[in-house]
Amino acid sequence: MGTVVAERPAVRDSGLNRLVGQPEGTRPPGKRWGKAPKASTGVERAGDRAARRLATAAGATILVALAGVGLFLLARGLPAVRAGQGDLPEGATSFWQLAGPLAFGSVWAAALALLFAIPVAVAVALFISMYAPRRFAGPLGATVDVLAAIPSVVYGLWGLMVFAPMTAGLYRWLSDHMGWFPLFAGKPSATGRTILTAALVLAVMVLPIIAAVCREVFLQTPALSVEAALALGATRWETIRLAVFPFARSGIVSGAMLGLGRALGETMAIAMVLSPTPFLMSVRLLNNTNPNTIAASIAQNFPEAYGMEVNALIGLGLILFVITFAVNYLARRVVARSQPGA
Amino acid sequence: MPKAIEIASLNAYYGSFHAVADVSLTIAPRSITAFIGPSGCGKSTLLRTLNRMHEVIPGARVTGSVLVEGQDVYGSGVDPVLVRQRVGMVFQRPNPFPTMSIKDNVLAGVRLQRRRLSKGEANSVVERSLRSAGLWTEVRDRLDKPGASLSGGQQQRLCIARAIAIEPEVLLMDEPCSALDPISTLAIEELMAGLKATYTVVIVTHNMAQAARISDKTAFFTIDGARKPGRLVEYGPTAAMFSEPNQQATADYIAGRFG
Repeated sequence: MGTVVAERPAVRDSGLNRLVGQPEGTRPPGKRWGKAPKASTGVERAGDRAARRLATAAGATILVALAGVGLFLLARGLPAVRAGQGDLPEGATSFWQLAGPLAFGSVWAAALALLFAIPVAVAVALFISMYAPRRFAGPLGATVDVLAAIPSVVYGLWGLMVFAPMTAGLYRWLSDHMGWFPLFAGKPSATGRTILTAALVLAVMVLPIIAAVCREVFLQTPALSVEAALALGATRWETIRLAVFPFARSGIVSGAMLGLGRALGETMAIAMVLSPTPFLMSVRLLNNTNPNTIAASIAQNFPEAYGMEVNALIGLGLILFVITFAVNYLARRVVARSQPGA
Repeated sequence: MPKAIEIASLNAYYGSFHAVADVSLTIAPRSITAFIGPSGCGKSTLLRTLNRMHEVIPGARVTGSVLVEGQDVYGSGVDPVLVRQRVGMVFQRPNPFPTMSIKDNVLAGVRLQRRRLSKGEANSVVERSLRSAGLWTEVRDRLDKPGASLSGGQQQRLCIARAIAIEPEVLLMDEPCSALDPISTLAIEELMAGLKATYTVVIVTHNMAQAARISDKTAFFTIDGARKPGRLVEYGPTAAMFSEPNQQATADYIAGRFG
């Protein structure tokens, strides 16, 4: 017999192998590769083992941190749910009287912000990735990224001192000419410090992160699909509709979710722009009386809170935590369902 | 001789790189013309100049003229979008739109040209195109399934159906079988013989047996070295070219002595 060739140890199967084997275009966008199969028999090299353990540890850390935050919010926040008048901030008679309007305010302000930010962000990302000459695309993309790095206090100051006074005239005009529209009803604010102003400031704040995510997703559109569209006689806009958007849909939603997270949690910009009215739940956009948000309320009340009031504020945090989870989950569901064959 | 395509002193560039040098040739309507030659000889580039897909690549440009049915596709004021509606294309890798159903894939091009398409019209376009592409019997009862659920060969025939759904005059095929198995390749070759009755077909292929089997005329291209432009060596009826090539380079390539 000749020399015995040692059998090559089977490479440990992992998610990576699936990445390599996937033919381009067959993987639905945004879909995970699925759970890595159980380790097959074989030797694992030291480097692979170290990398795997490091990655597993990092993944576990996220879960531990999330669970820790959740437990803290539950343990400290739940007692406040049963608290009565006297123990709660702003003289609330029950926790829900406090939490309801604030939860509404948070969701309302964030939803308005996304409503303004998403179309603009998608357009900005399209311009950078599809239309801008290459010389401008790079610097412009970097500029958008810099916008994302501006501290929210600065946005708040700008909103309060520059933007709000600018908008007062517009609000008066809207109220005069479109006051019949329920959202524009009521006496318009003379200072411009309204929920609409706050939402617009929020929109400017979340725009860069959405635009940055969309830009990256648009740039990864498979060249095969773009060529297919062009060869069918599609114009540039039609190519974007045929090849870019369907591929980018889940990416756009992911970007919007990141933006929503920032908008829901944003404290300073809201706290600085708005002078809130306690327990108010109103969809009117142009008035001096405005609902407050959970994050801003926590920031405003925490310095003077003691005893059960602290628990109530932590309970508000728990509500915000739950809202964020719910919205994220819903968005994922929507994306998953809109993909054929998924 | 009637002419579907007339290429006159065509040069193609990628930035400063000269990819195709001074090609002139004439293609008869309702025929299959094969472009063969070694890798990098510019045959795919030349093909892509015929429907102005070459210029999609940044820095790519063309000089010379290409007449399709007598009209210069590089004439001033000619919209490349309209050129591509008249000159369809099938690519090397099957590229159905991954998020669209089989039916929507077939209709993708039609819907660009005609906003309003009644259900009946849409169904008849889908059936006619899929029949012409030899795919109808295989997919008729799952038209709403995603195009990506088909096998590679079926996907390529779906792409052919999508291209002919808009009824172009010319169909360009850029190595349409190189990513397919022999059985799928055979299906596409049989299909092409039928397509010839309606369309002028130009195919780039690395497979010389394929060129010999399906084409009426063959154009052989070569390059004289790296970074040199590709040039047309010989163009003529396929049978004559494979039995008695005029040029030594053609004979060497066909015999498998290089390339």
